[in-house]
Amino acid sequence: MTKHLQEEGPSGGDGRPDAEDESLLNRRSLLAGTAGLVSAMLMGSMTPAAEAATENSPEDPTRVPGATPTAYGQRSAFEKAVRIPRSWWSSLTPLQDSHGILTPSSLHFERHHNGVPTIHPTQHRLLIHGMVDQPWTFAMEDLKRFPSVSRLAFIECSGNSAAEWRGPTGQTAQQTHGLTSTSEWTGVALKTVLQEVGMNPEASWMLAEGGDAAAMTRSLPLASILEEAILCYAQNGEPLRPEQGYPLRLLIPGWEGNTCIKWLRRLKLGKAPFMTREETSQYTDLMPDGTARQFTMVMEAKSVITSPSGGQHIQPGFLEIRGLAWSGRGRIASVEVSTDGGRSWRQAALQEPILPKCHTRFHLSWRWNGEDVILQSRCLDDTGYRQPDRTALVAVRGVNSVYHYNAIQSWHIAADGKVSNVHA
Amino acid sequence: MRNILRHILMVGLTTILGAGILWAGGPAERQEQTHGYGLGRLATDQEVRVWNIDVAPTGEGLPTGQGTAKQGAALFAARCATCHGPTGKEGPMDRLIGGAGTLASQHPIKTVGSYWPYATTLYDYVHRAMPFPAPQSLSPDEVYSVVAWLLYQNGIIAEDTVLDAHSLPGISMPNRRGFLPDPRPDVPKP
Repeated sequence: MTKHLQEEGPSGGDGRPDAEDESLLNRRSLLAGTAGLVSAMLMGSMTPAAEAATENSPEDPTRVPGATPTAYGQRSAFEKAVRIPRSWWSSLTPLQDSHGILTPSSLHFERHHNGVPTIHPTQHRLLIHGMVDQPWTFAMEDLKRFPSVSRLAFIECSGNSAAEWRGPTGQTAQQTHGLTSTSEWTGVALKTVLQEVGMNPEASWMLAEGGDAAAMTRSLPLASILEEAILCYAQNGEPLRPEQGYPLRLLIPGWEGNTCIKWLRRLKLGKAPFMTREETSQYTDLMPDGTARQFTMVMEAKSVITSPSGGQHIQPGFLEIRGLAWSGRGRIASVEVSTDGGRSWRQAALQEPILPKCHTRFHLSWRWNGEDVILQSRCLDDTGYRQPDRTALVAVRGVNSVYHYNAIQSWHIAADGKVSNVHA
Repeated sequence: MRNILRHILMVGLTTILGAGILWAGGPAERQEQTHGYGLGRLATDQEVRVWNIDVAPTGEGLPTGQGTAKQGAALFAARCATCHGPTGKEGPMDRLIGGAGTLASQHPIKTVGSYWPYATTLYDYVHRAMPFPAPQSLSPDEVYSVVAWLLYQNGIIAEDTVLDAHSLPGISMPNRRGFLPDPRPDVPKP
């Protein structure tokens, strides 16, 4: 089915060849001694066209010993999906190239406010103070000794799709929706650690601060986060990636990514929000009447068709419409797909696992007959919240609120099979 | 005496029962045991002081020191103007000055003067994260001075107003009442 789809354009997933991967592959071939020699001879006998098509692969892999084991695995040199570093402060996940619900750690979107710090794990400390029995400090080894918890959860930047408020802007699903990713997160429950230090029952707000060069700081209402928040030291089975907060980050499932403070070094308990820049001048949603909404933490239900999606080219015949849906309030209950610009809707199949506050994969079999059409998806979560269409969302919020754009995404398929972002 | 004996008995019983629960606690009970892991250590006063840099709207956390807009002008030109423009309006990074009355317009201009609800936040942020290439490098006097310059340029204080831990929390920001709690879900169902 994927053969129907051809990527095009600079953002369609056809990133630059990974020179490092290739040089490693060459070196491994040489290290393999005789095998390398045979491999090199075989490649030498290949026609230039075949060599270009298969890069360093032998003509017949069943006749050549393969590569030897490696200390830390790499993906196939033929796979080229990459994040798009959009600026010095963010990079976008290639959702259109993803399968299932997990995002490889290497492709998890990035958002940071003054670079990714380099933190030595044995030097890192978590300080907890304010309204606790006594100020307490934990080394990473202390935190790892607590009873551990793991869960799958999406993290979405509340600025995901922000450029879409004023008009169709992103060319691809990566550009329109790439500030969301899903990982398995492992750590210690926030509640466990706060009980260990003796939380004052009068405390109602918690300041979380990062150890990066922005000393990123948010105030969080304790009653809302205490049951689910995790102090995470691992992602997808290994320590956090540096850009995801190594060695320690906060996870608040379903809340805007900015609240999941990375490089976490300090928690301070108090009775009122601390009113940092990131919850006053930033991450507040300006309404048409000039007032702004503050502490809009939950990421509401949202979905996007990732295939076919912007920048791709499809051919007539069968294809499976695929996409992702998620809700910060709970589980995805259903996803509907329209192939006629929203006039009629069909139920898409939800693929297991269907987990709360987690990307959920949906698909629907379809046959494109070569007509000009508009594809849309809309989701419903288990609280009864339905993803709004763009007109309804803008009618309430205007176009200047920057954050929390979760309207139905429309992909236009032209008669020539070209898919593009439109607002329908 | 009788009360003391009863107290000792109760403490002893609690300890024995507590130990029993701990001893009986297998993997299934593990999550129930939420206190007394004996991990971590008391933080020293010095450790808390060095990291406790947040400034609340009440002024809690503001250090000793002072500054005026006059003192801040040269500092802004030297340390801030490269990113924010000579008058704080030109960019390329965030515009800091002006924008009054634009929030309800089609093209709102969100600045320190038009949007920020608390002057204390300005101290907190400038100290913790600015200047961008050298965060936390400004002295308290320098932070008070550049904050004073920004507030003066926005027409919020006079050029000779002295900002310090006492005066800064009392400054009334124009958009102080501009923020409302989250009303979502807010979009009517189709």
